[in-house]
Amino acid sequence: MKIFATYNIKGGVGKTATAVNIGYLAAREGYRVLLWDLDPQGAASFLFRIKPRVKGGGKALIRGRRALDDAIKGTDFDGLDLLPADFTYRHLDLVLDAAKQPAKRLASLLAPLRAEYDVVVLDCPPSISLLSESVLHAADLLLVPLIPTTLSVRTLDQLTDFVGGFNGHRPEILAFFSMLDRRKKLHAEILRDLPAQRSDVATAAIPAMSLIEQMSVQRAPVTAFAPRTAAARHYRDLWQEARERAQLPAPRA
Amino acid sequence: MAPGQREFVLADAAGAGSDVLQALAAAGEDNLGWANGTAVHSRRCTWLDTFDWRLYRAGLTLEQVISGGHADLVLTGRDGAVVAAQRLQAGFMPGWPRRAAELPAGPLQAALEPITGLRALAPVVRATSKVAELQALNSDAKTIARLAVDRVAVTFPARSTLPARLTLVPVRGYQAQADKVGRAIGGLPGVVARRDSVLEAALAAAGCRPGEVPGKAAGIQLAPSMPAARALAQILTALLDAMEANVPGTLRDIDTEFLHDLRIAVRWTRSALKLCGDALPGGLASQYGPEFRWLGDVTTPTRDLDVFLLGYPAMAASLIGAEPAELIPFRDHLARSRAAAYRRLVTGLRSARFARLGTSWRAALADVRPARRPAVAQLADAKISAAHRKALRAGSRITPASPSESLHDLRKRCKELRYLVEMFGSLHDPAQRWQAVRELKALQDCLGEFQDAEVQRTEIRAFAAQMMAERTAPAETLLAMGEIAASLADAQASARAKFDGRFADFAGPASQRRMAALARTAAA
Repeated sequence: MKIFATYNIKGGVGKTATAVNIGYLAAREGYRVLLWDLDPQGAASFLFRIKPRVKGGGKALIRGRRALDDAIKGTDFDGLDLLPADFTYRHLDLVLDAAKQPAKRLASLLAPLRAEYDVVVLDCPPSISLLSESVLHAADLLLVPLIPTTLSVRTLDQLTDFVGGFNGHRPEILAFFSMLDRRKKLHAEILRDLPAQRSDVATAAIPAMSLIEQMSVQRAPVTAFAPRTAAARHYRDLWQEARERAQLPAPRA
Repeated sequence: MAPGQREFVLADAAGAGSDVLQALAAAGEDNLGWANGTAVHSRRCTWLDTFDWRLYRAGLTLEQVISGGHADLVLTGRDGAVVAAQRLQAGFMPGWPRRAAELPAGPLQAALEPITGLRALAPVVRATSKVAELQALNSDAKTIARLAVDRVAVTFPARSTLPARLTLVPVRGYQAQADKVGRAIGGLPGVVARRDSVLEAALAAAGCRPGEVPGKAAGIQLAPSMPAARALAQILTALLDAMEANVPGTLRDIDTEFLHDLRIAVRWTRSALKLCGDALPGGLASQYGPEFRWLGDVTTPTRDLDVFLLGYPAMAASLIGAEPAELIPFRDHLARSRAAAYRRLVTGLRSARFARLGTSWRAALADVRPARRPAVAQLADAKISAAHRKALRAGSRITPASPSESLHDLRKRCKELRYLVEMFGSLHDPAQRWQAVRELKALQDCLGEFQDAEVQRTEIRAFAAQMMAERTAPAETLLAMGEIAASLADAQASARAKFDGRFADFAGPASQRRMAALARTAAA
């Protein structure tokens, strides 16, 4: 089982859109996929038409009083399940703080799902918190959407330094440009130069496209409702790169 | 089977041939909707089993599904859980019948081979299936369950159209809502819960009963007071059924067991005529005895060569001085000889003489007008006792100096005794029967080892002479064959050494008491 996480301290940079699309693409390829919507806003749950509600709330899940797999819901897509968001997730930091080894709690909660899923995608809320630290410890590959600005590159460096300080398991980082506007000179320059200079920046990038915004109207991944479009192709390219970087084995026959 | 899955059959009234979606519109809650799911897809399904239903009897179902350019072989248990599955490589679309050993190596082959053994897998049902999917949606337009509507047209063994079959699979986490949908569907007029599999429904439509092998004479239920002639006519008719049931498989050369089972039925028939023919109306045994002897003779050469070829891998592996590869010309010679013998067998089984034998024998058996006496129990008692005495007498005459023929003769007496015990088996308590034949079986095994080694040794000499005459025998092959003949001589000597002990057990007072008790139960 490989754990992918979409993470950025900032909101509105395309984390959820990326999580639902790579989750869908992985399932399409035959992987058994679980997407955990950790964001109390529940955008991923909304996109899959699943109520953002977990019996007992986040506390029951984190404390292990309620088995994770009781809360899992099937999406409308074969092979793709969702652990929905819950508004109580906004207090997850407090719950984690009370748990033993809070930074490693998410990894230990996910471990029993190893036999059932090949891929787990964690869609994180935008923050620096105990929850995000726990996500960083659990993940094998961090997918970090970046708006192409100098400032966001600095943020990536900070994240790399932070993860570099972990003892034991460290996730690999794969940043990618999101909400890209090729008409902007700065965007074009950064996109041209940075992937060549840094191995932790993907060559695939996700442009700002109205079709991607349409996901919230269609309530489905763009790769599902408009698979032949440029938007879908960009997500496929990103998934391809992420899968190779995570060294994900081929799905079972 | 998925958790919470429910299965139904859609009878005509509820929309076979009409729009299932329309029929289901009333099913479910107010807030429930239905949508068409994936497009209709077609599948060609073939269910496979051996002629004697080994998979069915082991609680397994093997299905080949061809869909979307792929062929999958799926082995499932009675609960529908997949035991093993294999996607067949493009270019390897097996023709059936085929032995499990000929399938690609893997978990499926490993699961099948110990069960099917020498028997080939052949289609028992073929069907085409068109599956449409409907999605049950809740008020958020979220799919909560999927309903597969499967319309199956059976093409083999008889053409039929099965009522549409519905499978409702809840989406994970929506079990409670899906249950409501399931209950609503189950309440629709004409919808009934499904009890049987497609395989069972198709077989039922064709009038076939899975697990049923024609002509098991040992399974015939006899009442002790039944007139002996009628009981014998029933047994012999069942044996004729078995012969005829195994002829098509023998003629198509599906697997070696068809011929083997055909020969068993012939041997039993010959023994019944020889040992109990006096209980049949006058002339029947003497008229048909020679005909079944002819039939036995027609089948012997092919079976002997089958036995050689089946034992060939073990034979080659047992070589110590020679290399297995040196034996290959011998295998080729066996294969050529078998092909020639098989052609003669086919000629015999397609002959007018064989056709006449079957027809007239069946008519003669149907015509048997039995006298009231003797009852079959008395006949069984008398014949088992007599055969037992004969076997004891033949065995007690054997000394270390006796020729092989006397052991062969004893083997034949023992076989006759065993046939009688099995043939009249329903008259005895199964546990008592097992006790009674325990020592007989052990003795038969020993005599079988002795005799088989003797026959094979003689045959290997004959094969060597033939191969020399045909100039197909390199020196190293003849040496390897000599090594096999030597190990057969060893096996024969070891069987001979065991004989005295085995016969002493068979002739001992405990064994005699058990056999006598068996005879008494039949007569009681």
